[in-house]
Amino acid sequence: MKDYESLFRTNRLPHIWCPGCGHGIAMKALAKAIAKLDLDQDKTVIVSGIGCSSRASGYMDFDTLHTAHGRALPFATGIKLANPELNVIVITGDGDCMAIGGNHFIHAARRNIDLTVLLFNNNIYGMTGGQASPLTPVDKKATTAPYGTFDRPFNPCEVAKTAGATYIARGTAFHAAPLVDLIAQGIQNKGFSFVETLVQCPTSYGRRNKMGSAAAMLKDMSETVIPLAAYNKLSPEERNGKLPGGVLHTDIFPEYAAEYAKIITRAGGDKA
Amino acid sequence: MSEARLMQGNEACAEGAVAAGVRFFGGYPITPSTEIAEYMAVNLPKVGGTFIQMEDEIAGIGVVLGASLAGKKALTATSGPGFSLKQELIGYAAIAEIPVVIVNVQRMGPSTGQPTSPAQADIMQARWGTHGDHPMIALSPWTVRESFDVAIKAVNYAERFRTPVIILLDEVVGHMRERVELPQAHEIEIYPRRVPDKTKAQGYKPYTPMEDLVPNPADFGTGYRIHCTGLVHDETGFPSGSPSITEQTIERLHEKIARVQEEITHYDEFFMDDAEIAVVAFGGTARTAYAAVEAARSAGRKVGMIRIMTIWPFADSVMRNLAKRVKGILVPEMNYGQYVYEVERAAAGQAKVVSLPKYNSEVFTPDEIGQAIEELAAEVAE
Ligand SMILES: Cc1ncc(C[n+]2csc(CCOP(=O)(O)OP(=O)(O)O)c2C)c(N)n1
Ligand code: SF4
Ligand SMILES: [Mg+2]
Repeated sequence: MKDYESLFRTNRLPHIWCPGCGHGIAMKALAKAIAKLDLDQDKTVIVSGIGCSSRASGYMDFDTLHTAHGRALPFATGIKLANPELNVIVITGDGDCMAIGGNHFIHAARRNIDLTVLLFNNNIYGMTGGQASPLTPVDKKATTAPYGTFDRPFNPCEVAKTAGATYIARGTAFHAAPLVDLIAQGIQNKGFSFVETLVQCPTSYGRRNKMGSAAAMLKDMSETVIPLAAYNKLSPEERNGKLPGGVLHTDIFPEYAAEYAKIITRAGGDKA
Repeated sequence: MSEARLMQGNEACAEGAVAAGVRFFGGYPITPSTEIAEYMAVNLPKVGGTFIQMEDEIAGIGVVLGASLAGKKALTATSGPGFSLKQELIGYAAIAEIPVVIVNVQRMGPSTGQPTSPAQADIMQARWGTHGDHPMIALSPWTVRESFDVAIKAVNYAERFRTPVIILLDEVVGHMRERVELPQAHEIEIYPRRVPDKTKAQGYKPYTPMEDLVPNPADFGTGYRIHCTGLVHDETGFPSGSPSITEQTIERLHEKIARVQEEITHYDEFFMDDAEIAVVAFGGTARTAYAAVEAARSAGRKVGMIRIMTIWPFADSVMRNLAKRVKGILVPEMNYGQYVYEVERAAAGQAKVVSLPKYNSEVFTPDEIGQAIEELAAEVAE
């Protein structure tokens, strides 16, 4: 197995993230998953949007693309279709993916194009200083929700499922070791894979909501996310405040780039 | 030349793009541009290329930028409302220096406006639509055949200067059908995308400007492992907060286009030898203007015409010189007056510049332009 540390651009480190930020844990899990699968470093592309989470692409030693806010998925779709032999991995934030990029998210899932999307979910707009996101839970404070949020958040894994993703998993920065496998399985799935990772943002979310240190936030996560099988045994009341973790859904459906290759053959373009 | 065919402007534009090597199209349907998408859907897979209908116009330009980074010559096409949506990523292409062609078949606005009547009201949006300082190349054809040629030029310029290039069609030219004879493949000059000049071991940096001030970032998947960002970056491609790098970047982006300005400024002159009045026009309006100028000439009027293909960068020296040659310049355009302000600026008072705007959703008649020529002639004769 490759040394995962060799997959970083060490000359770009240290990173810009705050002390205690969870994004680094999720990024490390991705590096370990790539090392585990021994992906060709020259044939793997990492695409991100805009946000603290999306800065991860710049630290990883692959062809990397830091796009515009919310737009990682269209760029990634273009890369995959232009050169289907590339492994294309997307790193995105909860605002990036589910607010401004929400339309692209459901359509990329619907196409079942072979992308692996890693949502680093800190439940807040971290980079811009703590505004509410579509994944901020009800009754949390944000700079733009000073009296507390009252609008319902999305459950991104359920959105992905409805939209047609063929691999869906949820992990956390606390459960860092199993996260590696969840990501690796996502990369291996030939289709649209979605891994939501709960991460802590002590600076823009934890502090305002009196959630304690980064360690305390991690501890919270360890209690919130429980294995799917255990979750399924809970009564509706007991499920309150809990989230199922691990692999949540898999499906088999034709993959977009492979299907388009058939169109090219049908049109005679394979001989062009 | 190949056999003569009856073709539509949009179709010729799409065919020109494919002839120039475009192998990727992403977009979202909108009249009067949809024929371009439909042409690509049918024809790209025949040459091993890829067509994808995206969820909106933002995705339409995002997907072609991704494809371009992965090595494909790429194009998207739209009209007014969709052109507005694409603006942020046009700026991304400008600063990240990604070759891409955006076709805007102009229709009347603002907003849904008067769908889908002809207009030429996106002249300034093409130049300044995305935020921040950036250069822009925009070309506007006036015939079906030229729509083919302009598409080839646009693809070549996008690749050569690694910059977004806009094709400003209008509904008139886009939907018009004409008999055309297209060049054969061997008659078409295609600019092949440059590859890195060095290996990584030799110290390759993806954003080092070459002699022409254009950098050579490697296509994704070719082993260079580059970083591409919309943040200001240095030669390595990684973000830099340095004011001097920021300043140099903005200057270089402008300078790489400014230094080829003359080469990429395309226009025609008609009846200009002894002209005292000139009509300056482009796109569909230039067709009507030509008829009006021809008629005025037959009536003995000393009037000529400059037909502009390169809308941006603005043909400064052409207009400066024109103002020295004639007494009056008439600028008919299907908008409330846009291009005329640039002409006025360049003329700098040397000739009288008169705007002839039209914004009632109808095209000009030759008589309208003819009458304006007469009025201007009378005015400058005084
Ligand atoms: C079009 C656009 N709108 C808004 C912004 C400002 N902005 C930058 S990052 C961001 C939110 C990022 O939040 P998220 O995606 O959750 O990432 P995080 O920083 O929390 O990791 C916003 C609103 C922008 N850069 N571009
Ligand atoms: S603001 Fe939050 S998300 Fe951003 S780096 Fe700091 S802790 Fe991480
Ligand atoms: Mg966030």
